[in-house]
Amino acid sequence: MKQIAKTELDTLFAAITAEQKLYIPADDSAGQAQFTLWRPGLALSGRLNTARSAKDLFFPQVENLVGFRMHAGAIERVETREEPEDFVIFGVRACDCRSFSILDRVFLSEPVDTFYQMRRAHATVVTLACTRPEETCFCAAMGVDAADPAGDVTCWLEDGTLLWRANTEKGEALTEKLPMLRPCPADAADAQQARTRALMQKLPLAKLDLSAFGAGKTRALFDRPEWASLSEACLGCGTCTFVCPTCQCYDVEEFRDGSSVRRFRCWDSCMYSDFTKMSAGQPRPTQRERFRQRFLHKLVYFPENNDGVFGCVGCGRCLAKCPIHMNIVKVIKTLGVTHA
Amino acid sequence: MQGVKEKAIELLRSKSVDRVVGWKAGEFFYDLTPAVFTSVPEVEQSFVWSVFCAANLSKYLIAESRRGGKVAAFLKPCDTYSFVQLVKEHRILRENVHVVGVQCAGMCDMETIRSHGLSAVTSVAEQDGALRVETLYGARTLDRKDALGEKCRTCKSKKLAVYDELLGEQGCDEDNGRFLEVARIEAMTPEERFAFWRGELSRCIRCNACRNVCPACSCETCVFDNPDSGLRNKAAADAFEENLFHIIRAFHVASRCTDCGECTRVCPQHIPLHLLNRKFIKDINGLYGPYQAGADFDTKPPLMDFTLHDPEPSQAAVRGGGV
Ligand code: SF4
Ligand code: SF4
Ligand code: SF4
Ligand code: SF4
Ligand code: SF4
Repeated sequence: MKQIAKTELDTLFAAITAEQKLYIPADDSAGQAQFTLWRPGLALSGRLNTARSAKDLFFPQVENLVGFRMHAGAIERVETREEPEDFVIFGVRACDCRSFSILDRVFLSEPVDTFYQMRRAHATVVTLACTRPEETCFCAAMGVDAADPAGDVTCWLEDGTLLWRANTEKGEALTEKLPMLRPCPADAADAQQARTRALMQKLPLAKLDLSAFGAGKTRALFDRPEWASLSEACLGCGTCTFVCPTCQCYDVEEFRDGSSVRRFRCWDSCMYSDFTKMSAGQPRPTQRERFRQRFLHKLVYFPENNDGVFGCVGCGRCLAKCPIHMNIVKVIKTLGVTHA
Repeated sequence: MQGVKEKAIELLRSKSVDRVVGWKAGEFFYDLTPAVFTSVPEVEQSFVWSVFCAANLSKYLIAESRRGGKVAAFLKPCDTYSFVQLVKEHRILRENVHVVGVQCAGMCDMETIRSHGLSAVTSVAEQDGALRVETLYGARTLDRKDALGEKCRTCKSKKLAVYDELLGEQGCDEDNGRFLEVARIEAMTPEERFAFWRGELSRCIRCNACRNVCPACSCETCVFDNPDSGLRNKAAADAFEENLFHIIRAFHVASRCTDCGECTRVCPQHIPLHLLNRKFIKDINGLYGPYQAGADFDTKPPLMDFTLHDPEPSQAAVRGGGV
């Protein structure tokens, strides 16, 4: 375990930046935290979590895949892929860090998504333990320990000191280049961890019961009448999808200018009316089916295909951001009550 | 407060209506969801009227008024303008809706409360005009006005544009300086203004919440969703397209936008969309004479009408500092 005074964070960030790009949570002009490229003077946000999730660094909203160009009467393929530089993402919370392992299951299984893989390979993830969870946080119910996040390095901010623990080879390699980090006792974070874990138990959603969900529950849940009332006010917007650290769907589109084509992918939402629309029509004709897809994917289909792991990390973003305050917790509580 | 819930029960019990549109209790005290209630027990169990009823119910009446039978809706002053505008556009079937107008003292907004640095809020209670906010990390008292959402901080009017029955008193137009911020942006140089909007709109994640919540955006298929329009853009092909989406949307709703404030309320990225709409409203007031969309059932929105006194289009260029 290492440490550095909070007042010296700028020195630490500058040293990391000297080697590679660094992203930290900083307040935007509207006062919300967002992962931002560090530059001298950029202050670490005091907010619990970023408005947009950390997935953006690995799975950006829009990404060029390939280009084509007409040249001398033939179609020429244009490489648009750029090998990313190494980067460090600092201040990732435990929930978002867990989301990477969920996205890995999707993008790193065959056929491997090489765009995502490239970014993952170039990134060093430095997590930051939580001390002041929000009422909307339910990471504990999803098996995430907010007091001991994973990542290449784990940090704790405690009494004006940043504690630093390297967990992986990548983390060790980064640590070696940062001489301003001084050794400290291995148990330096223990007291804080105990306090945070006690706090987590007090959160209103700490004991969320997930026993009605998971692999094999499709039949029991698919035709439940409650889907109608749960989805009746849903606007079919993309807010819950786009702020969610585990939502992973994208569409492939093209930008054409007459002589060339740029093919890109962009986030898509199963809440949108044209999602997976085919020539035969729309397989999910109303918001009820689209809404059901989003939540059953996270709570049943994903665990079914991924060793029982839920496709939600309990970050609470969809609770805080949905315009009509409908969310995964309401779905869990509504469908969870009367299960057989 | 004002017997709103009691009224919902009375309307259903007396069978004067078949359904009631209102707000349903959530997990916490603030996360109410718009909902349709069909029975008295349902209302008793989960209908809520509180300082967190900011959601505008009018747009839901497009579908609800076409479902057969009679539906009652509780509308705040701002919601009634959206309602009237939608009736004028033949979207809501007026005869199927029983409008219960509800007077309103301004709605609180959790995002605003959180912006004061309060986190893990467990309850908010009104106490002599102030708000007692309890959190896991201690309590604090907020001035009520500091907890209001943007649309309520700058409420244009407490006068209900329509109602079949009224809970509370009819109110008056308000002067809460809703154009002050617009004037501040008008005073910028074109370069500063461009930079301001580029900055604000660069945060957009194109979730479409602003459009989908907007009562003036009630097209069956939005031009931006229609593959045959040539304009469909689920994601922007370049950084300016995002800006274009907002500019075009502002034009599409101009003179029909009632300034209900929903777009700004729902934006997860806290983009001040109301400033765009209010700029249009301010200009329309100046160019065509004061006009409030949704204030009455008869007048035509100025941009959907033609009179001989209409300003010449060249005025736009003059005012914009062009030729
Ligand atoms: S659940 Fe909420 S955020 Fe998600 S699509 Fe529906 S209205 Fe939008
Ligand atoms: S579903 Fe909601 S709580 Fe779960 S990971 Fe996504 S945004 Fe977070
Ligand atoms: S959900 Fe858990 S890990 Fe995520 S911010 Fe909240 S307390 Fe931290
Ligand atoms: S609600 Fe906000 S983020 Fe979403 S599309 Fe509208 S402006 Fe963009
Ligand atoms: S543009 Fe915004 S303020 Fe105007 S009607 Fe639509 S949601 Fe309301």
